[in-house]
Amino acid sequence: MSGLWTAARDRLRLNPVARTASYLIFFVALLALVGPLLNPNRFDTLDWAHPATPPSVIHAHWFGTDRLGRDLFVRTLDGTRISLAIGLFATAVSLVVGALYGAIAGYAGGRLDRLMMRGVEILSGLPLIFFVIFLTVLFGHHALLLFLSIGAVGWLTTARIVRGQTLSIRRQEFVEAAIAGGASSFRIIRKHVIPNVIGTVVIYATLTVPQMILYESFLSFLGLGVQEPHASLGSLIADGAAEMEAAPWILLIPGGLLALLLLCFNLVGDGLRDALDPQES
Amino acid sequence: MLTIRYFLRRLGGAVPTLFLIVTASFFLMRLAPGGPFDREQALPADVAANLNSSYGLDQPLVAQYARYLGALAHGDFGPSFRYRDFSVTDLIAQGMPVTLSLGTLALALALGFGVLLGCLAALYRHSFVDYATLGLTIAAIAIPSFVLLPFLGLLFGIHLHWLPVAGWQGGDWRHLVLPVTVLSLPPLAYIARMTRASLLEVLRKPYLRTAFAKGLPMHTVILRHALRPTLLPVAGYLAPAVASIMTGSLVVETIAGLPGIGRYLVQGALNRDYTLVLGMVIVYSTVLIAMGLLVDLLYLWLDPRIRLEA
Repeated sequence: MSGLWTAARDRLRLNPVARTASYLIFFVALLALVGPLLNPNRFDTLDWAHPATPPSVIHAHWFGTDRLGRDLFVRTLDGTRISLAIGLFATAVSLVVGALYGAIAGYAGGRLDRLMMRGVEILSGLPLIFFVIFLTVLFGHHALLLFLSIGAVGWLTTARIVRGQTLSIRRQEFVEAAIAGGASSFRIIRKHVIPNVIGTVVIYATLTVPQMILYESFLSFLGLGVQEPHASLGSLIADGAAEMEAAPWILLIPGGLLALLLLCFNLVGDGLRDALDPQES
Repeated sequence: MLTIRYFLRRLGGAVPTLFLIVTASFFLMRLAPGGPFDREQALPADVAANLNSSYGLDQPLVAQYARYLGALAHGDFGPSFRYRDFSVTDLIAQGMPVTLSLGTLALALALGFGVLLGCLAALYRHSFVDYATLGLTIAAIAIPSFVLLPFLGLLFGIHLHWLPVAGWQGGDWRHLVLPVTVLSLPPLAYIARMTRASLLEVLRKPYLRTAFAKGLPMHTVILRHALRPTLLPVAGYLAPAVASIMTGSLVVETIAGLPGIGRYLVQGALNRDYTLVLGMVIVYSTVLIAMGLLVDLLYLWLDPRIRLEA
């Protein structure tokens, strides 16, 4: 286990693209955390003297202001933090659900396995984003619901991967030993199966995070996600798209930042996958 | 005969799925807190009661469900709760041609150019086309449609004045260029990558070595021997491609102000128009499931081994 991780880290070190991308993510995340503290403006303060001002050092509007004179530096970084938080949390939800589901299906095998995986197959053939929209319509714009419904979309791949891994782990001697020792199925899944599939799951997590960020921005862009006065990258882009003729920076700054984040997460995920599974590349 | 049975078995799987979706959506909708007529100001009790009874909401849940299913069998999705004078069926019928033409164009573009680019990238590895395909994939991953479309609008519409930024104008081609491009880009990039990988694998097969050894010209080998097996994974990707285009059309129709069903869905969602959203979810699911069946048929044609096994 530890040997695998060290090997992966060494491989990742040799991959300059993935390494740079991970530094960039770290930098953006850090900026999103401390950046707003460095600026005197607040995310919801209306500066009526400077509506839709281009980026400038005057009044510390480093990224300019929006139509209402709100500072875009603070709003963009706040939005980035919210987008990142939702992305990470939704990934966690999808991992927990997917890993449990996959582990149960793979461990139980037989009929239950076929039934459960048939369910995954049906769900993955559906336009799940429409169900997320459907859910937000039904239960309103709850932050928690947003986490849950976005996470609920992402667990299918994890479930498939974990099931496949569980099927092979199940046949190994230490599981047989645990069964002989009288351990319950739940305990075996928790103590033996999950720890052994966690590595693969982590790789897919890095590829799930950008997907979740994308879903969240998508919903917020349509006005179905994060609500005013708060912002996420998606809702900032929506504001920017409405004003792009007169004030293109309102669109280009959050749009560029979202593109950068999506790219970096994907590069790190690909890099990790190549590092841990050299055959794929 | 066997192929018909194979297809019927697939169809037998699709119908219960659709039924399940309709049922789950219907009951979820009724589970939701708040009714469709809730406004900021509460309606007088008798008005609310009248509204509820005129839409059949005062009847028992099972009766409502039976009525909805019965109407649905006739293609009637019920009345829209917000667009008062329209039924959901009217709204779908109005928006469908727009969304359908956007979607088919985007899919055709993605398939045509995706397969072409993928083949060229595989045949001329490490050439300009190969790297361009890689670049396109990266761009498609990193730049979501709701960033790309406004950006292209800014560039080609506002700065260069080549193309209109928004509007439909009865389907004038200039109004279609940007939306269709943005819709087709993600599946196009994916199909290109897939075709490239698939063709590279097929090219290593012994029977292709034989074809080359016979002295057949390059294009004959590719078109007659290599293309069909290469397209297998691409056919499998068709349903996800349609899903991606559908999802994209929500954004694209909203930004470009196109009167398609995607925009109705977004509006319906913002207005909490339950029947409209439910109808749209059913329509989208049906299209996707139908697409899945089509893919099964395509497989039969592309891969004779399935015919033998069935």
